[in-house]
Amino acid sequence: MKKGKRIKISSAVLFIVLLCIAAAWTIPTLGVFVTSFRESKDIYSSGWWSVLPHMDWIKTEEFQLPDETDPNGPITIEGHTARFEEWRQGVTISKTRLLRWYGNKRSRKIEVYEEKLVGFGAHLTLKNYTDVLQGGTITFDDGSGNIITREGNNFGDAVLNSLAVCIPSTVIPILIAAFAAYAFAWMDFPGRKPLFVIVVALLVVPLQIALIPILRDFTAWNLNGTFVSMWLAHTSFGLPLAIYLLYNYISTLPRDIFESAYLDGATPFVTFVKLVLPISVPALASFAIFQFLWVWNDYLVALIFLGDKNRVVTSALAAMIGEKGQDWHLLTSGAFISMILPLTVFFALQRFFVRGLLAGSIKG
Amino acid sequence: MATVELRNVSKLFGANVKAVDNVNITINDKEFVVLVGPSGCGKTTTLRMIAGLEDITSGEIYIDGTLVNDITPKDRDIAMVFQNYALYPHMTVYDNMAFGLRIRKYPKQEIQTRVNEAAQILHIEELLDRRPKALSGGQRQRVAVGRAIVRKPKAFLFDEPLSNLDAKLRVQMRAEISALHTRLQATMIYVTHDQVEAMTMGDKIVVLKDGIIQQIGSPLELYNHPKNRFVAAFIGSPPMNIMTAKILEKDGKIVADEGDFQIELEGKLADTLKSYINKEVLIGIRPEDFVYTQTPQKTNNIRTHVEVVEPLGAEIHLYVSTQNHQLIVRVQPRYEFHVGDEANFAPDMEKLHFFDIDSEEIIGA
Repeated sequence: MKKGKRIKISSAVLFIVLLCIAAAWTIPTLGVFVTSFRESKDIYSSGWWSVLPHMDWIKTEEFQLPDETDPNGPITIEGHTARFEEWRQGVTISKTRLLRWYGNKRSRKIEVYEEKLVGFGAHLTLKNYTDVLQGGTITFDDGSGNIITREGNNFGDAVLNSLAVCIPSTVIPILIAAFAAYAFAWMDFPGRKPLFVIVVALLVVPLQIALIPILRDFTAWNLNGTFVSMWLAHTSFGLPLAIYLLYNYISTLPRDIFESAYLDGATPFVTFVKLVLPISVPALASFAIFQFLWVWNDYLVALIFLGDKNRVVTSALAAMIGEKGQDWHLLTSGAFISMILPLTVFFALQRFFVRGLLAGSIKG
Repeated sequence: MATVELRNVSKLFGANVKAVDNVNITINDKEFVVLVGPSGCGKTTTLRMIAGLEDITSGEIYIDGTLVNDITPKDRDIAMVFQNYALYPHMTVYDNMAFGLRIRKYPKQEIQTRVNEAAQILHIEELLDRRPKALSGGQRQRVAVGRAIVRKPKAFLFDEPLSNLDAKLRVQMRAEISALHTRLQATMIYVTHDQVEAMTMGDKIVVLKDGIIQQIGSPLELYNHPKNRFVAAFIGSPPMNIMTAKILEKDGKIVADEGDFQIELEGKLADTLKSYINKEVLIGIRPEDFVYTQTPQKTNNIRTHVEVVEPLGAEIHLYVSTQNHQLIVRVQPRYEFHVGDEANFAPDMEKLHFFDIDSEEIIGA
């Protein structure tokens, strides 16, 4: 009994801690998400949370005090008497009615506020996204009512460039690594162990030390600024991890399956294509997610090998921060565009993370 | 269908671990041969060498008269059923069975006919669209067998196929595989550690121990005429009783003296044991070869005390002890026995086995 209770309490504590961590991560993200749909002038006048339904004082009307009102003495309005400074602050007449002096003493203008539920009518717009995605000139109102003209960042092209980099940079290493992992796991060839150790050792080599030599080679081969250079770079940087991950999975497949296929007349290649690849889908998918996210979020490699020629999303975003640091509505929508695809990829492939795909092939 | 012949086949793992030692087996066409032995005796290695999954260190293997030492498994035209079934998890039962045929580029129509035929034989027609995951152990086993059948290979190899099934299913599948053998008229080589499986299924049994063949023969040959102590003790359940005894010459008669009882030997047996006078030997008596005598006999009487009574219904197993040995005796349920009772038995003189105490080989016979 006692033990069970303790477990309950500790799991409740754990739950609360996890909830806090989750909130700490998601609330700022939510803020960015909401901000990306708000107009520039709104962003500067109120926080993103004001789009949520909440009670607020809303100005409903205004009226003029008679000219004979003396702003220097106590002033009585609607039965309430107060000094000018107090009226300037606002005086609550009733629970839902607030009066406030507008402007200086001579204006004699009173604004009427009523407390109402607001938020549903927040001005949300998709214009930020269209502005970010397109090139050419874009215009918007800022907080003080000025019309601002800016050069668009052409994020649409950047997304396409990123795709052109990411998809081959994910597929190529997977293909190579699956072959390599299968060979390392199940085929006998001289030097298998030392080679594998070398591959694993490459995992600890930091990418940065390879940048300059590779850059020199790419310059010699006239590859700088091309997508091919990115594919080559990401493939080679990704391969050690890919081979290691896939090896771990493929080497645990039951030997009997391969032997059975062998007796059935399958060559190693047929075995690979018809058995190893389909059975390894969970491992392939998990590596695909890793590699895709890594390449998509990569800034360093893109900056060095691609430069400004074919800006990928990360470069475009970085450039945008430099050019339009104060245009939050554009920065946030740009940031969100850069997040959509990784999220989609993750949710699309995560169903492959199911366990037990092997179930039934052997007794277990 | 085909013959399989192993000539002086040996297998070394590393430099000096001898898994299989100079094995000679001739398997005739349409024969059901069981390789049996305790774990680690080299039976599976032998099977895998026939399949081509394991290299042969020395010796020759012939399938259908052709030397196959250097022929790859796929060209040996044999099918193997693995202990763990080794089904392809991402394929349906149909695809599992059709896999080998597709690789060998059989026409679609032919594949369909063969798979359906095999499914019918094994009663798994309604499972053809399922994945292995959705099958029970027995069904998976059938699919594994079906995958072998569709190929119509020269020989079937079974590697402990029933060891993962529960006891009841094992008995059922045992009968089904035997029936399959009769139906297909195929050469089958079957590996098991279970002597009951070996006895019930095999036309011919090969008993292996430490990579060395102990005896080859039909089930009854092995049971009635074991060549050495190992085969005698391994085959049969409950196992044969084996006791040490001294051969003496007493009043001109050859007597085996256990210490607590004496057995007078006659005829040919006495002649062969003459050379063992004053030496120790091993006597083997099967549990059913004791004759219960209500009154003690003058000669050859074995006086024991009952320690455990196991009434099985059709027979009773008694665990009894002489002063020197514990014995298992199988008696008819005509008599009632109680723990602590004295019970007298006489051995069936026709069915005594004597083994040399050092070589453990059979004496005479």
